[in-house]
Amino acid sequence: MTPADMVPVPYTWVLALSAFLFAIGVVGVLLRRNGIAIFLSLEIMLNSANLAFAAFAYRFAGRHATVAAALDGQIFIFFVIAVAAAEAAVGLALFIVLHRLKDSIDVDRANILRW
Amino acid sequence: MLGSLWLIPTACLAGAVLNLLLGALKAPKTVVTVVGVGSVGAATLATYVALWEYLQQPYSEMIERYFTWISAGAITVNASFQLDPLSAVMLAFVTVVGFLIHIYSIGYMHSESDAGYARYFAYLNLFMFAMLLLVLGSNLPVLFVGWEGVGLCSYLLIGYYYEQAWCAAAGSKAFIVNRIGDLGFLLAIFATFAVFGSAEFGEIFSAAAGHPEQYAGAATLIALLLFVGAIGKSAQIPLYVWLPDAMAGPTPVSALIHAATMVTAGVYIVARCNVFFRLSPTAMVVVALIGGATALFAATIGLAQNDIKKVLAYSTVSQLGYMFLAAGVGAFTIAIFHVVTHSFFKACLFLGSGSVIHANSGEQDMTRMGGLRRFMPTTYWTFLAATLAIAGIPIFAGFFSKDEILARTFAAGATDLNGFGDVYRVLWYLAVGGALLTAFYMFRAVYMTFHGPFRGGEEAEQHLHESPRSMTVPLIILGALSIVGGFIGFPGQLFHKTGWNVIENFLHPVILPLGEAHGAAAAAEDAVHAVSLGTEWLLVGISVAVAVFGWLIARRFYADDGAFALPRALAARLPMAYKLLFNKYWIDEIYVALIIKPVHRSAIFLWRIVDELLIDTLFVNGAAFTVELTGDVLRFIQTGNVRNYALAVAAAALALAAFLW
Repeated sequence: MTPADMVPVPYTWVLALSAFLFAIGVVGVLLRRNGIAIFLSLEIMLNSANLAFAAFAYRFAGRHATVAAALDGQIFIFFVIAVAAAEAAVGLALFIVLHRLKDSIDVDRANILRW
Repeated sequence: MLGSLWLIPTACLAGAVLNLLLGALKAPKTVVTVVGVGSVGAATLATYVALWEYLQQPYSEMIERYFTWISAGAITVNASFQLDPLSAVMLAFVTVVGFLIHIYSIGYMHSESDAGYARYFAYLNLFMFAMLLLVLGSNLPVLFVGWEGVGLCSYLLIGYYYEQAWCAAAGSKAFIVNRIGDLGFLLAIFATFAVFGSAEFGEIFSAAAGHPEQYAGAATLIALLLFVGAIGKSAQIPLYVWLPDAMAGPTPVSALIHAATMVTAGVYIVARCNVFFRLSPTAMVVVALIGGATALFAATIGLAQNDIKKVLAYSTVSQLGYMFLAAGVGAFTIAIFHVVTHSFFKACLFLGSGSVIHANSGEQDMTRMGGLRRFMPTTYWTFLAATLAIAGIPIFAGFFSKDEILARTFAAGATDLNGFGDVYRVLWYLAVGGALLTAFYMFRAVYMTFHGPFRGGEEAEQHLHESPRSMTVPLIILGALSIVGGFIGFPGQLFHKTGWNVIENFLHPVILPLGEAHGAAAAAEDAVHAVSLGTEWLLVGISVAVAVFGWLIARRFYADDGAFALPRALAARLPMAYKLLFNKYWIDEIYVALIIKPVHRSAIFLWRIVDELLIDTLFVNGAAFTVELTGDVLRFIQTGNVRNYALAVAAAALALAAFLW
């Protein structure tokens, strides 16, 4: 198959995939007790957002003459990746401390800050 | 001195400030005396120079403006003084009597501590300053400053012996009762500004006198409000209760403030604002009624008092009643004439009683005195002269003024003044009755104090002595004035020589003629001429007969009888009447039950219920308690479980999304 034969994926499909990934992430965050697993779910949510950005950037690239408009979504993805990396560093440090205290990274056991 | 009238009160103010400093520095009495008496002496001298210059020129109202005191919108109040016949008469006797009483105080207060002596003279000088301000002020606000100033000094001096609780309480009582009257005065000032847009005497009086019909209603309101102030300051029914208690202060203070000058400020303001009063028949009859009733009522209480100063205090209340009666029948000049003669003989009586108390080592009970004329002849003769004056024995000062008041009251009744002829006729009987009682209780005081045997015990008798020169000289001068002072108001009309009545002719220009429209008020002007000469002579005869009759009863009851068998028998025959008079009709107790107790109770209600329960407990602590309780409940939401929080965030995000859809 040559590139000319390839049928482009409609951007709505990509958005649907993004929403699906986001839902998976949410469910993972809500249901998992393992801190690392929650973290992974969180990363899935962030990346679903990245996917949505990419889809919109692709969608609007054809409509708008300016390059800047098409690049907006793509630039945002890099920001999200950078922030996610920083957040992962902080989160992982938190779990290391939690593990030292409780010998576990089960978040349900980190419940001493309450009434 | 004309052109710099401000020097007169300022001299007294400087004396007051200096004496306060000297008191703080614990300066010796000699220095305080020089400053205290010297400043008032300088003010007196300045006054008489100014008055002499004033009399050289044809009649005028001298107004001196110094600076703009208040400027707010359309209202401007100047700090300005006014010299006209009325303030000239007031100035003339206030400074002289004040100066004599300052001299007298040197002897009377000599046993006080240095600091107390300086404090006394500082307050007395401050009083002179305020009184002169009151007399000189050319508009109501300036007058009001003096009005409040004399009230403050009265409070300070009544409570001079503040270590004794009852003296301090008497001072507070005077201050608080006066405050009730002052509210009326203040409202009168506001009303004046509202109606006339000014409170300058010259402007408001000429406006009101020029358009009597237009301002009749406003005049009634302002006159009655001013009279409320006068009732408080001049101790009339129902606010007279503070004056007898004010006797707690040193006796020269009673003489100066509570007999000669401050208490006559109410009469002064009525005479000053005579235009308003004459425009309002209602206000006139109210003034006459309150004055006449007080004159008789206070005299009856005076009958049964044994404290020499209390007798004089009730006598003062009664005499002030006569002054208001005079004002209420339209005889404003006679009211001022009586103010002047009264200041002479009542100051003399108070200073004489002070001399007696001084000799008796502080004893004020006349039943423990007697026979003092042997020990203190100067005090006796001056006291007697003043008693003859107040009783209304001919040629003595009080005779001329009191006889004139009775005559004018009779004339008001006879001419049916303002249609209230019946009221004035009744008031004439009250006034004649009061004159009888006055003669009786004053001669009773003379006989109990100076005649008969001494009843104070042997030891006290050893200490009896005539007072020092500084006290007897003022007594002699005031006694002499009590004898001859009345001739300034010689009733010349009895001899077809109206020119002989110097004070009436001098003061007459102060009584502005009203516009044509007001017939009723104009009638008051001529009331005195409406009675025939024969009737006038008959009235003179009646007033003399009444005075002599009172004297004779007192003589029969009290002269040369140390046991008082006759009055005691009478008191035993009429126990109820005697108790009623002796206990002053229980007016103080009635006021306590009807006014003070309810006020006290409502204060406790406001304190306990409104302040402590409602505001403190319910509002302030209640708000804090509600917040605490809410927090106590809501903190259970914090489970400490991360996944619960995550669920809440997710649910909220979902809800937000659903909402925005």
